[in-house]
Order: sequence, then C-alpha cells, then structure tokens
Amino acid sequence: MSNSLIIGQYVPGKSVIHRLDPRTKIIIIFFFVFIVFFANSVLSYGVLTAFALASMFTTRIPMYYIIKGLTPVWFLIVFTFLLHLIVTKEGSVLIEFLGFKIYSGALIQGFAISMRFFLLILVTSLLTLTTTPIEITDAIENILHPLKKMKFPVHELALMMSISLRFIPTLMQETEKISRAQASRGVDFRTGPLKERVKAVVPLLVPLFVSAFKRAEDLAMAMEARGYQGGEGRTKLRELKIEKRDIFIYILFVFVVAGLFFTRNWS
Amino acid sequence: MDITFKNVNYIYQQGTPFEHKAIEDLSFDIPSGSFVAIIGHTGSGKSTLIQHLNGLVRPSSGDVTIGDFHLTNDSKVKNMKELRSRVGVVFQYPEHQLFEETVEKDIAFGPENFDVPKDEIQKRIREITPDVGIPEELLKRSPFELSGGQMRRVAIAGVLAIKPEVLVLDEPTAGLDPRGQKEMMNMFYDMHKREGLTTILVTHSMEDAVKYADHVIILNNGTKYMEGKPEEVFIQKKALQKVQLEVPDIVQFLNAFEEKFGKRIPYRRQSIEEIASEIQQFLEGAESS
Repeated sequence: MSNSLIIGQYVPGKSVIHRLDPRTKIIIIFFFVFIVFFANSVLSYGVLTAFALASMFTTRIPMYYIIKGLTPVWFLIVFTFLLHLIVTKEGSVLIEFLGFKIYSGALIQGFAISMRFFLLILVTSLLTLTTTPIEITDAIENILHPLKKMKFPVHELALMMSISLRFIPTLMQETEKISRAQASRGVDFRTGPLKERVKAVVPLLVPLFVSAFKRAEDLAMAMEARGYQGGEGRTKLRELKIEKRDIFIYILFVFVVAGLFFTRNWS
Repeated sequence: MDITFKNVNYIYQQGTPFEHKAIEDLSFDIPSGSFVAIIGHTGSGKSTLIQHLNGLVRPSSGDVTIGDFHLTNDSKVKNMKELRSRVGVVFQYPEHQLFEETVEKDIAFGPENFDVPKDEIQKRIREITPDVGIPEELLKRSPFELSGGQMRRVAIAGVLAIKPEVLVLDEPTAGLDPRGQKEMMNMFYDMHKREGLTTILVTHSMEDAVKYADHVIILNNGTKYMEGKPEEVFIQKKALQKVQLEVPDIVQFLNAFEEKFGKRIPYRRQSIEEIASEIQQFLEGAESS
C-alpha cells in the first residue's frame, strides 16, 4: 500500500547500528533531538549532520531507499524553508523579486529550521529502520521501569504497545485483502465523486472491524489458555545487554555533544 | 472470454530492499469455456496470478489479454468496471468480505455496483440462493449471525449474482466440511456447464483438479512448472513430487495395483466405478484362464 513512506518500517540487517542495544539507540536519539536545537552556526550543524550521515551509512541500508522513503517529508522541509524565506524580515535585503523582499536573515533562518527538521526525521527513522518494534517496546519498558514504584503499569503499557505494533501489518494486509475483494465486486476506491468514495469506505471498514474484534478475542483466549498473567516474575526471551559497542557509541556521542557546544557561535 | 498470458512478470515493491519476484516469465492460454485448475504451493504465485485476471494488478512486464481487455505495465484499461463485471473472483475465505445488514443486501451489493436493474437483481437472488444452498428464510437475517459455512455460501452468491463470464475461484472450499466441499464443487461445475463459463480454479486439492478440470497448470516459484491435460500431468509422479505435490488418490491406487498384480490399468480419468469394473474384468479373466 504505502510503499513510499518508510517511517516505521524495519529493514533487517547486521550492521553495528542494528546490533546496538535498543536502549542505547533510544537514549541517544532522545538527546540528539534536544541538542539539535542548540546548533546555531554552520559548523555546529556540520557536526550534527556528520553524525547523522555517518550513522546512516553505517546501517548499510541503501541510501536511495532512505532518500526516496522520505519523499513526503522532503516536501515538508522545502515548504518550511519557503515559508521562512517569505515571512522572516531580518538582516539586509538580498534580492527583490516581484515585490517580495528576501532578507539574509530569512535565508539563514529557513536553512536552520529545515536542517533541524531533516536531521530529526533522518535520525528518528534510522531508529525504526534498524530496530524491530519488539526491541523498541522492550527498551521502553526497561527505561520506564523506575516508574513502577509509582504504581505506573509499565509492563501493561509495553504489552499494549507491542500488540498494537504487531497487528499493524496484519491489519494492513487485511485491509488490502478486503479492498481487493470489494473492488472485484465493483467498488471503486480511486475515482468518482468524493461522496461516492466516502461511501465506498463502508464495505471496507465493516469487515475490517469485525475481523479486528475477532482477532482480539482469539488473542485474549490464546493468552489466557497459556496462563498469561502479566509482569510479576515474568522472565524475558531476549535479555537486553549493554555491550562494548554501546559504551563506545555513548562515548562517541559525548564527543559529538562536546563538538557541538565547542563550535556553537562560530561563524 | 479467452485469456492469454504472454511473458508476464510481476515484482512486488520494485526498487526497495523488499523487492520480490512473484511471477516470472509466465505464458499460457485459456480458451473460452474451459475449466482450468491452477495448482501450486503457498508462495508459488497463484494469488498474484489471479489478481491479474480482473485488473487488480498490472503486470510489471509482459501482456495479459482477457477477451478484448489488454493489461500491460504502461497502459491503463479504460473500462475497468466492465472487466470486473465480466470476471468474477471468489477470493480465499470470501466470508471476510461480508458487510451488509442482511444477506439479501450483501448478495445484491455487487450487481448494484455494476448497475444491474433492481428487479433483475431480485430475480438473480431467487435463482442463485437455492443453487448455493441458502434457505430463503436466511435472506432477511444479518450475515454475521450465520455459521461459517453459510457465510461462505452467501459470499459466493454475492459473486455469482454479478453473472460473470469468467469465474475465478481461489480455494473456494478451504475450511468447509467434506460434504460441503463436495456440494460446493458440484455446484460450480454444474454452473460452469450450464452457463458456459470459463472457470479458473486455484487449489491445493489434486482430487478436485482431476475431477473437474480439463486443463491443469502447475506453478512453482512463480513460473510454470507443468501444463497439460489432467490425465497427462497427474501420472508424472516424480516430477510432481519434486515440487512437493502428490499424484491424486486414483493414480496412486492404480500404481499400487500395478505393483501388486503386475497389471497396468492406464489412467484415462475414469471414475471409481469404471476402474472397479476394469479390475473386475481383469480378475475374472485371471480366474478363468
């Protein structure tokens, strides 16, 4: 279906980034998202971009695939850039074009904001491209573990997350299957007036909901039949373990942060 | 309608790391009015193949011709709706496509989309429901109250009510009880004969293929592995076993018979009764000599 958008899709691989502990990836990306907003000079952006691009190449996922997969996001980035170009009125006038004045400040501002956008999306999609949903939920459960003391249902939350993630592809497949069947019965999802197309969704949604409820019931039954009862005392199939490579990445990241603050305000 | 595949390739998610060839250089002809069985293992490309038949997908390369309709990678079929009204597809587990409030409305859904007049639809419903074995009192019930087997029948009636010229059946009897399977297949066969349909049956069951089809195509890994008349294809035990298929019970029986009695009874698609009398003749002949 949505072949073009790759956010949230996992591409199997054996690169260092694939094998990193998912917690490492999440924590580093969490901080990366913060420090992106501290960059304010060309060089500091350079440091962050170098880090992001180096990570991207390390994943060994073909670059054309990532670039193509971000197509809808490219549009957003370009749009932000243009918006800043038009709206911001700082610095000196660079050119005048059809009554529009393009200011130097606008150029810098637009560049900075779209760069931030690009870096954020690139790095976060690298997480989902190299980490299975199960790993991500395991990591989140682990990171949130301290909250358990405050009676926060961490395990249940993680379970809910993994179940919903697990069923996204199933439901997509199901949707595709049902839409094929209904298209064969003459439903037209693609052309025709809007009202007709909205009406065409009913024969798609009703069977989809019916099967989703049925699946939920089956799953609950199967879990109960196998004696599932939640978090307490439950062991894990995949133990998360911090390895040497994780520590190496943390240290590298500290250098990146240091480099960023060092190059800040350079012009 | 005649159906022709010429050097058809189909590739899923072309240009991504998930690229996957589902059909590779596939060519065959299905003349109008024939009953063709397409057999192959899961993942052999059967489901992709049938999606070409009513234009749900277009070939990545090659030509598909269905009657006057041509499907290629770069040309769009102008009258897709007409193609779909003339090629009816019963997908695997078709009961998942039910959605209307009543059985009657669900059966009428397809013909309505193809602009069949109301009274004609009513006429078709009255005709078809006894054929597929839906009692009249179920027509006003919700399809979701029915049993799995009844839901299947309703879904199939929904496709038959379109009155297609080409009927594509993707494992229509999977998950039914043995008696239901037999009834259902006989119903399709009767309809095939009576209406002069072109029927394409996708199946795992060698028994169904040998019983109903007059032409068999065996797929393996997206390519054509064997093709021919059932009595030619189904005696090639070694070739079939190579793609994890078994010869039908009848042929297995004849092979075992030859082994024990040293008498070869050639397979010509005889019925069980005919084979029984051939054996009787052989045994009587053996006794008298």
